[in-house]
Amino acid sequence: MSLTPTQTQDQKEAFIQRGRSTASAGSGRNLLEVSALKMHFPLTQGIIFQRQVGAVRAVDGIDFFVEKGETLGLVGESGCGKSTTGRAILQLYKPTGGSVKFEGTELTTLGGEQMRKMRRKMQMIFQDPYASLNPRMTVGNIIGEPLEVHHLAAGKAKTERVQELLRIVGLNPYFTNRYPHEFSGGQRQRIGVARALAVEPDFIVADEPISALDVSIQAQVINLLEELQEKFNLTYLFIAHDLSVVRHISDRVAVMYLGKIVELADRIDLYERPLHPYTQALLSAVPIPDPAVEQKRKRIILTGDVPSPVNPPTGCRFHTRCWKAQQICSEVDPEFIEHAPRHWAACHFPGA
Amino acid sequence: MSATATPLIAMAPARRASAGLWSNALYRLRRDRLTLAAATTLTVLVVLSILAPLLAEHVFDRSFEQQDLLKTYHPPTLDPPAYLLGGDELGRSQVVRLLYGGQVSLFVGFVAAFMNLTIGIGLGLISGYFRGPVDDVITWFITTLNSIPIIFLLIIITTLFAPGALTLTIIIGLLFWTGITNFVRGQTFALREREFILAARTIGAASWRIMFRHVLPNILPLIFVLLAIDIGTIILAESALSYLGLGIVPPTPSWGNMLSNASTYFSRAWWLVVSPGATIFLTVLCLYLIGDGLRDALDPRLKGAS
Ligand SMILES: Nc1ncnc2c1ncn2[C@@H]1O[C@H](COP(=O)(O)OP(=O)(O)OP(=O)(O)O)[C@@H](O)[C@H]1O
Ligand code: SF4
Ligand SMILES: [Mg+2]
Repeated sequence: MSLTPTQTQDQKEAFIQRGRSTASAGSGRNLLEVSALKMHFPLTQGIIFQRQVGAVRAVDGIDFFVEKGETLGLVGESGCGKSTTGRAILQLYKPTGGSVKFEGTELTTLGGEQMRKMRRKMQMIFQDPYASLNPRMTVGNIIGEPLEVHHLAAGKAKTERVQELLRIVGLNPYFTNRYPHEFSGGQRQRIGVARALAVEPDFIVADEPISALDVSIQAQVINLLEELQEKFNLTYLFIAHDLSVVRHISDRVAVMYLGKIVELADRIDLYERPLHPYTQALLSAVPIPDPAVEQKRKRIILTGDVPSPVNPPTGCRFHTRCWKAQQICSEVDPEFIEHAPRHWAACHFPGA
Repeated sequence: MSATATPLIAMAPARRASAGLWSNALYRLRRDRLTLAAATTLTVLVVLSILAPLLAEHVFDRSFEQQDLLKTYHPPTLDPPAYLLGGDELGRSQVVRLLYGGQVSLFVGFVAAFMNLTIGIGLGLISGYFRGPVDDVITWFITTLNSIPIIFLLIIITTLFAPGALTLTIIIGLLFWTGITNFVRGQTFALREREFILAARTIGAASWRIMFRHVLPNILPLIFVLLAIDIGTIILAESALSYLGLGIVPPTPSWGNMLSNASTYFSRAWWLVVSPGATIFLTVLCLYLIGDGLRDALDPRLKGAS
């Protein structure tokens, strides 16, 4: 069953009553379950005695799950906390609160050594292919390091595996003695992909893997990622700041605004029946290939700046820019509710 | 385009079989004439100092203590060769003293700098990488150490221990690492946030591995420059300390105490100032050039002369 925005309020209410499941609720197929995840960066003052004077609430309580084999797109404007979400999930930052469960194992309480072993199963592809490769290591050492760290291969076997990985990502296997600076952006990103694949992970956070690349090679890298997903049965959390990239590659999409997920739905549902005004605004900016529809497309221009994550607005965080905002919006923070099956949104007035 | 069908980027013509940072660095160093010249000069100075006793006996036929009151303030001469660089206020052979002085000064400089470097890198990496309470303790210790006037500390220590070369080395080695620590700490702090360090953590690299395989190689080239400066500073500091009577005490010669001693007689025998002064200058210059050359050689982004 799916609800369209044209259905009556009653029907929606009825559905909400029945299906008030949380967005992170476990079904057996979930690889990753995130609930109430918070990542606050303290702001301190003082040189010797540092006093905390506030916090950047980069991620401020988010719930979602990722199913085995799917691609979950995570979309939002720059600075809304997408990278922080990815890094907090992989425990590169120690989350301020909440839980991250991977294959049922709680990661936030895992000891250093156990987490280090867990890292075999989850990897990351970074946004900046220039900054994410050590400039003083050869490509062979960069891709070989995960093999060494997890004792997966040594000596000749390691060299062969590195060459195989280079071949898998479409690079010349004899490049092992070269340094990152000798490669183009797209090739560097492939090196980053090979490094992530070295440990044969199940889950990969791809943090805007193509936004730093030339438009001409973006599609190649996307295609590579899709092929690898099929070949190695990978699950992706795919981060992007623009809904058009995500549309192509995602099974489901989560929309983030100022540290919170405001809407989460299956791809088609989200693109055809967006419930949250912010999603609607983002979608209105995506060009539609059909000229007839494109002509009728009404752009929703958001006014005002994104508020600071140090001091987010009360109630609904979007109320300072929302054209549908009412009194209640600035007072009560809307719950993240399943308004239709597998379609969550946090808004007092969801729908068209 | 499918990934497997992506044409392999044409193989580059087989270049030198290179691996690793060090063999590449060596390759580049061999083409850097200035650095090579500096390294050769420094090596000659070191070897001459080591051979001081042999040279004194067989070439100059003088010990460093042997006085000759007829040759006080003797100007440089080729005959006898012992007065090649002149004679000092007691008529001792300046050239022999300079050779022996090199043993002391270079030993103090290299060994103490090496101690500084070891402590500095270790604490700097730990402090910058782990931050938090560990960093607070180390920073506090550095601040405290820096707030004690070193001269005051040295006066106390030298009254407690006989101020020989070894004492001086240990004192300098244990006291002058704070600058290096601060530098390494700051660099580590900044590097830690770089994505390739995050990437290393993502693949499961342990902290020691990240510190020594990722952070250190990226600051090592600058550390060589720092090391060169440190050795130079120590050799100069030793001469300042000698001036205050806190360094190497005569009759044992060091470049430092020869310089400070001779400066008192500057108007009578200027050449006695020139030889230790020029030697210290030459040593420090060579060290700087080598440090600079190593920095460039270790940067894979700078192509060699090829
Ligand atoms: N280590 C940190 N310390 C303090 N604040 C941080 C840190 N990392 C991120 N932030 C802040 O947290 C907020 C979210 O940052 P994040 O990098 O997650 O955004 P993003 O959605 O990935 O943006 P972009 O699209 O530009 O990559 C920003 O306001 C940023 O300034
Ligand atoms: S809750 Fe109110 S302010 Fe927030 S998105 Fe919905 S309508 Fe807009
Ligand atoms: Mg980001």
